Amino acid sequence: MYQITCPHCGPRAQTEFTYERTTDSVVDPAGDTHAAMQALYTRANPMGLDDEIWRHTYGCRAWMVLTRHRVTHEIRAVKAIGPEALP
Amino acid sequence: MKTPYSAFSLLRGALNGQKHWEPAWRDPEPRASYDVIIIGGGGHGLATAYYLAKVHGIRNVAVLEKSWIGGGNVGRNTTLVRSNYRLPQLHNFFEFGLKLWHNLSDDLNYNVMFSPRGAMFLGHNDGDMIKLAERGDAMRCDGIDAELLTPKQIAKIEPLLDLSRGARFPIDGALIQWRAGTARHDAVAWGYARAADALGVDIIQKCEVTGFVKDGNRITGVETTRGRILAGRTGICVAGHSGHVAGLAGLRLPIESQTLQALVTEGVKPMVQSVIMSQSLHFYVSQSDKGGIVMGGDPDNWPSYARRGQPTIKEHAIAQAVTCMPALSRLRMLRTWSGVTDMSFDGSPIIGPSPIDGLYLNAGWCYGGFKATPASGWTYAHTLATGKPHELNAPFSLERFMTGATIDETSVGPFPNHR
Amino acid sequence: MSGPSRSATGDETIPFTFDGNTYHARPGDTLAAALLANGVGLVGRSFKYHRPRGIMTAGIEEPNALVTVGTGGRTEPNTRATDVFVYPGMVAKSQNRWPSLSFDVASIFGLAAPALGAGFYYKTFFGPAKHWMLYEGFIRRAAGLGNAPTEADPDNFSHKAGFCDVLVVGAGPAGLKAALAAAEAGKRVMLVEQDAVPGGSLLRDPDPAIDPAAMIARIKALGGEVLLRTTASGYWDHNFLTLTQRLVEPGAVPPHGFAQRLWHVRAGRVILATGLIERPVPFANNDHPGVMLSQAVRSYVRRWGVLPGKRVVIATNNDDAYLTAEALVAAGAEVVALLDARAPGSGPTAPAGVQVFYDAKPAKVIGRKHALRKVTAVIGGSEHSFDADLIAVSGGFVPVAHLHMQAGGKLTWNEAAQAFIPGETPQACETVGAALNPPSAPAIAPAGKAKTSFVDFQNDVSLADIDLAWQEGYRSVEHLKRYTTLGMATDQGKTSNMVALSRLAEKQHVTVPEAGLTTFRPPFTPVTMGLMAGAGARNAGAHVRRIPLHSLHEAHDPIWQPLGYWFRPRAYPVNGESLQQAALREARTVRTVAGLSDVSTLGKFEVSGPDAAALLELVCATTVGKLAVGRGRYTFMCREDGFVNDDGTVWRLAENRYLLTSSTGGADRMAHFISYVRNSLRPDLKCSVVNVQEHYAGIALAGPQARAILASLIGAEPPRHMGYAPGVLAGVPVHVLAASYSGERAFEIHVEATHAAPVWQAIEHATRAAGGAPYGLEAMELLRIEKGHVVVGGEVDGRSTPHDLGLGGMLNKAGGFIGAAGLTRPALSAPDRNNLVGLVSLDGPIPEGGMLIQRAGQSPQGHVTAAARRILEGGAIALALLQGGHKRHGEELIVTSPTRGEKARVRVTAPHFYDAAGERYRD
Repeated sequence: MYQITCPHCGPRAQTEFTYERTTDSVVDPAGDTHAAMQALYTRANPMGLDDEIWRHTYGCRAWMVLTRHRVTHEIRAVKAIGPEALP
Repeated sequence: MKTPYSAFSLLRGALNGQKHWEPAWRDPEPRASYDVIIIGGGGHGLATAYYLAKVHGIRNVAVLEKSWIGGGNVGRNTTLVRSNYRLPQLHNFFEFGLKLWHNLSDDLNYNVMFSPRGAMFLGHNDGDMIKLAERGDAMRCDGIDAELLTPKQIAKIEPLLDLSRGARFPIDGALIQWRAGTARHDAVAWGYARAADALGVDIIQKCEVTGFVKDGNRITGVETTRGRILAGRTGICVAGHSGHVAGLAGLRLPIESQTLQALVTEGVKPMVQSVIMSQSLHFYVSQSDKGGIVMGGDPDNWPSYARRGQPTIKEHAIAQAVTCMPALSRLRMLRTWSGVTDMSFDGSPIIGPSPIDGLYLNAGWCYGGFKATPASGWTYAHTLATGKPHELNAPFSLERFMTGATIDETSVGPFPNHR
Repeated sequence: MSGPSRSATGDETIPFTFDGNTYHARPGDTLAAALLANGVGLVGRSFKYHRPRGIMTAGIEEPNALVTVGTGGRTEPNTRATDVFVYPGMVAKSQNRWPSLSFDVASIFGLAAPALGAGFYYKTFFGPAKHWMLYEGFIRRAAGLGNAPTEADPDNFSHKAGFCDVLVVGAGPAGLKAALAAAEAGKRVMLVEQDAVPGGSLLRDPDPAIDPAAMIARIKALGGEVLLRTTASGYWDHNFLTLTQRLVEPGAVPPHGFAQRLWHVRAGRVILATGLIERPVPFANNDHPGVMLSQAVRSYVRRWGVLPGKRVVIATNNDDAYLTAEALVAAGAEVVALLDARAPGSGPTAPAGVQVFYDAKPAKVIGRKHALRKVTAVIGGSEHSFDADLIAVSGGFVPVAHLHMQAGGKLTWNEAAQAFIPGETPQACETVGAALNPPSAPAIAPAGKAKTSFVDFQNDVSLADIDLAWQEGYRSVEHLKRYTTLGMATDQGKTSNMVALSRLAEKQHVTVPEAGLTTFRPPFTPVTMGLMAGAGARNAGAHVRRIPLHSLHEAHDPIWQPLGYWFRPRAYPVNGESLQQAALREARTVRTVAGLSDVSTLGKFEVSGPDAAALLELVCATTVGKLAVGRGRYTFMCREDGFVNDDGTVWRLAENRYLLTSSTGGADRMAHFISYVRNSLRPDLKCSVVNVQEHYAGIALAGPQARAILASLIGAEPPRHMGYAPGVLAGVPVHVLAASYSGERAFEIHVEATHAAPVWQAIEHATRAAGGAPYGLEAMELLRIEKGHVVVGGEVDGRSTPHDLGLGGMLNKAGGFIGAAGLTRPALSAPDRNNLVGLVSLDGPIPEGGMLIQRAGQSPQGHVTAAARRILEGGAIALALLQGGHKRHGEELIVTSPTRGEKARVRVTAPHFYDAAGERYRD
């Protein structure tokens, strides 16, 4: 079980978090069908690092982007996203 | 010719110390080119090679395996074989496979121990029972066996299930497919390998594909750790590593890899007769011939290529199983393992041509690839031999995601982690 | 051995039974020690050939001495006799034998062994699958080990979280030292030890300079936590470990109700002081009772005062076994020979009177029931026999690197010790102590017949099986393991892996590390399933969510319906009504008078702020922005792929404040989805979304009298259809939403959950006074089917488009909502899609879930999603999804349910059976 450092709460057990999707599969509601379906239905699925959107669902409920290694499970970086992280 | 397997031959061996058996498959050096290369020496790849040789007469075939054959998901699953799907594209495909399963040991001259002991989905409320009836009715209308069981009938088959009314998830009934069951997973890979080898297929282990040889928009071969090998047609068949290998050809697939865990308990005398699954809970239980209770549950539903899962996922699946069958409580979890699953974005496989000429795809099996082995091999062999899909795999095209003709059995949409 | 092997001292105070015979143990005895002390050497039968087996080790690596301990629901099969401490009244039984341990009919399999080598079952039993099942039945009964309990477990298992700076695994000399050093450095320390007492190897080889008890006391005094009888069984990502703690011995009655505890520990650093396991030696009949590992012999002698043999042969390839000779001699046993496989002069000095033979190794033993009779050795190329009742063997040592490997660590090869030792690791973990420094022990080629030289004792895998697998091409270590089942028994190869690997390397003419190594995965030792389940063993880990008005409903003794984690009243039967009777009466009451129902579980979201409408127009596929204050409308939401995900209503409570409701079943999913849209997709929008699902209780009031009842309760005219108004009911502020699900004039009254009871009571009182009644989910289902409203999980099945469900006309023409792009894909507007239709029966009831066909033998063209009867007029109706259904109204079809043997002829209609114009709820 991973330990994920929530940008708001600090290190917490993975069971408090849910994975949503990779950052490159975010569908722009204003985009065209082709772009939307490319985002929705193709993945790099690398055997290495990828940027993933996670949520501290059973904690503070905030959203974040994890840069995580798919083989070693190392979490390289965590970045807060959401209204509270806007400049 | 290899010595055929038989009881007589075994007894003969008893007198000579079993000295007369040859290797089950050769260990050939790769040739410069083949008619067909199959990347991946798992169950599906070996079955594809076998049917290419046997059904289509294409014997100039190589199966390239980066490690040892049968080491991927065919060797790390819970061995369930069934065709009890709700959607017709799926149940027709898997039923075709189930018919092959019933004759597979004889066909391969290798006992794969297919044991049609029945697979039941438990229903825990009226809503479950309607869904089970719907599934069963859909199957029966297409000529596939399915039968609803009352709790009394269930008790006769599985007396250790908690059939009391006060249970948190009372068992209201079940849908059983009697022709479903389990098989010995390793034997499936080895049986196909031995039979394919006997027909001339080269099984090349420790040969990892590192790139593709391209001529315009056409794949003409592969680069491997054992050199370049050319091919008329190349088929990818690497389950959880589909994203990685397709990536070498520049393809992005509707697939995310996830870890799926399973476990087995210490062996005990027979206590579970059938395969037990649940409509509303997420566990499945059966008992191996050695006596171990084999079970699994939900995948670790975030992407991973690691063959190690998280303990809390197992704890949850075991809680569900022990709740439904309290006598499991004092058994001990002996061994756990994980496989890397190729989770497709509608839960159904992809078998067919890729957007690149000469390159074909067999992927997206999610957590249900083992039972598909014969049907997958058969239809993929057809596709590789003719360049066109068999009618059974025609619906499982890659294009379906762009056109919207997805085949979504669990109907949760494009995110495997929502499944 | 004949007779007891320990002189009575009066401490033999703990009675226990083995196979029905009563014996006595001393405090601190393992079952193995106690059995040996009482002269019992034969304790089990092997898995495949049912060969007699005894006690081989003194620890958790024991492959042979498996027994069933406990009775009833506490029965623990396959318990290692070496890993259970005797308690008063303990009941132990041998297993895998019939009719008795000393006379086991199935030992006849041993005679057939020449035909039953590795993988024999792959080569025979052909024919149809049914034939295999017949053979399989015999195999299944012969295989297995102990019998599983048939009763529920009376005990509980607890889970506990732990955090520490340093977790030390193993309380042997190295572990004690490491733990004490960390504690003295001010670290939070946890020290775990699988044995019941600390000391590890010191229990066998005491060192006057080390006092485990004093060290433990010091660690505790410094605030450290010491857990005995606790095994670190799993090492996971990010320094997370699972520990299994026995609170009582297997089968014992726990004084506080908890048999074991599972720890989830996050450790800053992990120190593995897990020691060594001794390696057996392959020779003919090396599985017989009376063949024991050398260190185990020393443990029995020194720790438990048991002499496992009186005339002992020692066989070794290392110096450690010389200590066993010392211990035996000191205890009064006769060491008839010390066979050292190494060259002359290799070993240390043997105790006086012990004859050492060099270049000597055992080839064969001959046994009697509980012990050996004769040991044959090859000494310098010629055979010699010794009369002996015990052989103590040592083939070298295997570092316990399991946790290190689970943590992702690498192994390095130590040629002198012929052992893999822990190397690099990606986690904050290190190995200390003997596991890093196994004694030198050269490779020795086995002497003796391969067929009965066992490697994996429990699974009856011999050297001959390994050779056969090699011959047949199963040459990778994983193929070898899987083909022969080597290392797959309950000991997971702890004593067999290295012996097998060196045989494989010998065959391949390569070094052992080149031959490969299988991966160690959790658990280190087997873990009780009930412990993994914890409290979840009683409820599948699913909590129950109680709706705010639960106890008020309970007073009416309703039939409850599970709905996700919720339980809702399904019907309120009176006077012995059945579910169907009650539901029909309740539905009729709604159609003719009024009824009230609990709708608290609906998903509810309050969206406010200047961009609230913009957010809702993303989430909802219908228009929202044009809604006037105080008005609401039906809405539905799509997934990004264009299929309908959920439906509900949206209300504009104030200029910049909206309430969105959604289905019960999809509420959690919707909450996640809206949060994603708001926070991740459009963090720029100026709005806030609050999930108010559990903040408000909801009460639906429906029926021709509903308006009048509500008017009297709130003292004002209720809003007209799809209107919203705040109000006060029973003194409590409420939101009144005029929405109809039932097809009648209806209202949803939402009230803060903690104040819901008086509101419900007032509405119920007034409704009953008007001749109405509460209604449950089943009546609601009848009402909505008749009205033709879709339900999530029914018609909204995750594979339907808005057009399929007849909702296409409501789509936001401007687009821009989630799912708009997905909807434009060609297959989502194909003409043969499944469309929502109504069905009217031309004969009997319509089976729900049944298939729609034109004639028998045809593949289904659709299915029944919900079936009911007309509430007032009678006659069976249903909703269905039918291929091209929008254009097939009027067609006659068959609904068939082969699984239930039911059938009905039906006519396809529009999916509205009641007040299609909606006149009953409009003002």
